Amino acid sequence: MIDRKFDEELNELNNKLLKMAALTQESIYLAVESVKNRDKGLAEKIIKNDKAIDEFELEIDDFSIELLARRQPLAGDLRFITTGMKINGELERIADLSVNIAHRALDLSDQPLLKPLVDIPVFSELAVNMVKSTIDAFVKRDADLAQKVIGMDEEANKLRNIIQRELVEDYIAKDISTLSRGLSLFLVAQHLERICDHAKYISEAVIYLVSAKVVKHQKA
Amino acid sequence: MIKDIVIEAKDFNFYYGDVRALTDVNIKIEKNSVTGIIGPSGCGKSTFLRSLNLMNNLILCAKYEGQIFIEGEDILHKDIDVVELRRKVGMVFQKSNPFPKTIFENVAYGLRINGIKDKDLINQRIEESLKGAALWDEVKDRLHASAFDLSGGQQQRLCIARALAVEPDILLMDEPASALDPTATLKIEELIQVLKSKYTIIIVTHNMQQAARVSDYTAFFMMGKLIEYSKTNLMFTNPEHKITEDYVTGRFG
Repeated sequence: MIDRKFDEELNELNNKLLKMAALTQESIYLAVESVKNRDKGLAEKIIKNDKAIDEFELEIDDFSIELLARRQPLAGDLRFITTGMKINGELERIADLSVNIAHRALDLSDQPLLKPLVDIPVFSELAVNMVKSTIDAFVKRDADLAQKVIGMDEEANKLRNIIQRELVEDYIAKDISTLSRGLSLFLVAQHLERICDHAKYISEAVIYLVSAKVVKHQKA
Repeated sequence: MIKDIVIEAKDFNFYYGDVRALTDVNIKIEKNSVTGIIGPSGCGKSTFLRSLNLMNNLILCAKYEGQIFIEGEDILHKDIDVVELRRKVGMVFQKSNPFPKTIFENVAYGLRINGIKDKDLINQRIEESLKGAALWDEVKDRLHASAFDLSGGQQQRLCIARALAVEPDILLMDEPASALDPTATLKIEELIQVLKSKYTIIIVTHNMQQAARVSDYTAFFMMGKLIEYSKTNLMFTNPEHKITEDYVTGRFG
């Protein structure tokens, strides 16, 4: 077995992705907290921190492109770098959606509580859990866990539908003065559902990384 | 997976004296495709390539077993016409080896030994072959200059023209670009893509990226055995065997 400098570089890429994942995970967790606790300061912090995540995304992209150019990787190395780039992009989108949620938290914190939040905390937990599990699957190169995450997406779609229908039917349709707050919560549900989608895309990438199987665009 | 088989080796074994260089090679090669053969030095890839036009038979201690069919005919059968086989299965080597003659005579040589005397036909074939090897435009005004006046890349394309002149069906290439600079290499690789519409090409290369660039199928040899043979995109994104993965990613010592 040859000692490869390239292995060190791949390891560095892996570590960068894990750091990106940690930043993203923190961002989504805090965004959810800022909605639940009506915490304006926290929401502002998330929005401010996003710049660093954006910059880190570009750093990982540059590093990956450099590795592709200099090493011209093949087989497992090629799959790792290309899926790494994809995962990097998905993580950045998740961080952006956390920022969107933080903006809704800002809107909501200025207005009286529309209703006690019941389903949104449940949905938040699902989204945080899906992101955490998909990252675990990446860390452990665990295709089975990735497959489980993909399966969780259906629950996310259901929750979004329940929350949005309730907001429209029980609040907005009955009392137009609830429109602004109702719409903010409606959008929070929408952003959470998109976060779950991106967690699913990362899991699809992990399955490709591990087994070279393409599971994208398959109906359950 | 192979549609139109032009070459097929069945349980082919090859020995240099007592040393077994190839063990039970079974492979089917598709017509008008490019097949890359990769593997570490001494893995038997050149021996296999040279078996396909019986070049190894020039080695006294060489022995073989099994069958190699080319266009349905077993070339290991004792009645095979070797001159006709080598016309059908042309070869280009690692180092360009033009004859110490003019550009024109290099290409005309194979035609003359195949008994072609008609001057118009010879002229026509020379132009076609040099065009086929993407060399015509660079040499058409100096066909009677020495072949040694050409650059390394041009000499290699002249050797390809020389192989094309006798109208082969199959072209064997043993590291055809390893002595060339990147531009000349690119020209050879582009040429291979054009040539495959008329010929079946088998190329031995140490350069994995080159195999990935030019070949439709890739065969990985190791210690005389054909370890893995598949479509090139599969071989270089998801090889089936761990040892292939280790070799193509450079982890193999």
